[in-house]
Amino acid sequence: MDGVHDMGGRQGFGRIRYTRDARAFHDDWEVRANSLYAFAVRRGIFNMDEYRHAIERMDPRHYIAASYYERSVTSLATLLVEKGVVTREELETRAQGQFPLAGPSAPGRSNVAQRSRFDIGDRVRVRVDYVPGHVRMPGYIRGKAGVVIGQSPPYPFPDAHAHALPAQDEPTYDVRFRSDELWPESSEVALVHAAVFESYLERA
Amino acid sequence: MRPRNMALMSDDDRALRPTATPGQRVDAIQAALDARGMAASEAVAQLSHLAQEEWVPRNGARVVARAWVDAEFRRRLLANGRDAVTELGIAMPPHHRHLVVLENTPGVQNVICCTLCSCTAFTVIGLPPDWYKDLEYRSRVVRESRTVLKEMGLDLAPDVEIRVWDTTADTRYMVLPERPAATAGWSEAELAGIVTRDSMIGVAKL
Repeated sequence: MDGVHDMGGRQGFGRIRYTRDARAFHDDWEVRANSLYAFAVRRGIFNMDEYRHAIERMDPRHYIAASYYERSVTSLATLLVEKGVVTREELETRAQGQFPLAGPSAPGRSNVAQRSRFDIGDRVRVRVDYVPGHVRMPGYIRGKAGVVIGQSPPYPFPDAHAHALPAQDEPTYDVRFRSDELWPESSEVALVHAAVFESYLERA
Repeated sequence: MRPRNMALMSDDDRALRPTATPGQRVDAIQAALDARGMAASEAVAQLSHLAQEEWVPRNGARVVARAWVDAEFRRRLLANGRDAVTELGIAMPPHHRHLVVLENTPGVQNVICCTLCSCTAFTVIGLPPDWYKDLEYRSRVVRESRTVLKEMGLDLAPDVEIRVWDTTADTRYMVLPERPAATAGWSEAELAGIVTRDSMIGVAKL
C-alpha cells in the first residue's frame, strides 16, 4: 500500500534529533511493548510481515504522531483482536480508556507468475506495481533501474505472508541505484541500495 | 457515570473517553494475555532481559575488533556475515537469514537505514535509538545523505562515496568501520571497547 509509512525521499522533515549513543529505551512500557510483540511472534500468533502491515494500516494521523513503540503496541493489539485472542472491549476496559487500533486490511497477493532469476551484475528494473495490501517495495524505487550486487537466501514472500496467503519463498536482491536516477536533479549524490524481492523485478 | 460494560457503549460514548496512555495499553495487553494462561509476564521478563542485556552493541563491537586483527575472519565476515558472527557466539533470529557486512574505506562510507519501518541487525549491533526510527532520518537519509551525515557530526570530504543501504527485506546490514590509525598494537579487547553502535550504523567514524 502507498501508505504514510513509506518515508524514503519524503520532503519537509527537519533535522535529525541526534545524540551520540542514544538509548534504545526510555521507559519500562517500551521494553515490555517490544517484548510482548516478540512473544506473540514466537508463539506463532502472527508473523513479522503481519506485524509490519498492521503498523502500516494505522490511521496516518496516528502513525505520524506516535512513537515507534506506540506503533508496536497498536499493531500488536490490532492483530490480537483480529486473530480473536482478545476483544477491543476487554482491552479498553483494562486500559481504562480508548485503545486506538489500525484500520482494516486490503487483499494481499501471491508471487508474480512470470519472474526471472538474476545474477550479480544484471541490470534490473523495479516493476510498476500498485499493491493494495502489504508490499516491501519502497515507493521511491518503483519503475527505477539498478544493478544487482547481492542475493539473499529465499524468504517468505511478504505480500502473501502478511495476508496468510500461500506463496513460494523467493530471494531478494540487493540492488544498487543512483540517487540522481531516483530523484533527478533533486537529490545529493549517493549510491542507494534496497533489498528487492524477485517478484518486484524485471530485466532492464 | 462510567458505563459498566464497554460492549454496550455506543461509538459516541467511546469517543468521549480519553485515550489510554501507551503504558496503560501495554499493561492491558499483558494482563489480558496472562488472564488466558499464556504466561506473557514470564516471557516479557525473559525477552526484556535479552533486549537490554544481550542484544547490545558490544556484540557487534567484538565482531569489528576481530575483523581488524584477524584477516581470515574478516574475509569470512565479508563473505557470510551470519556464519561469521556465529563463530563468536552471536545469534540472529530465524527470520534474519542473511547478514551483509559493509566495509568502510578511506573513499567509501556506508550507512544503513530502514525507510519502511525500523529494521536492524539488532542482536548484533543493538536495538536502534529513536533517531534511527524517527521520520526525519527515514525520509531524508536516502535522498540527502551527505547533509544528514553532516548534521549528525560526520562531515565527509567531497570525494568520499556514500553508499546508503535501505533494509527493505529480511537481509540485515552492519557497517565495518575503519580502524583508527592511533590504535596500532592495541589488544582485541581494547579495540572492541572503542566501537560504537553509531559507527556500525555508519553515521559516525571512530
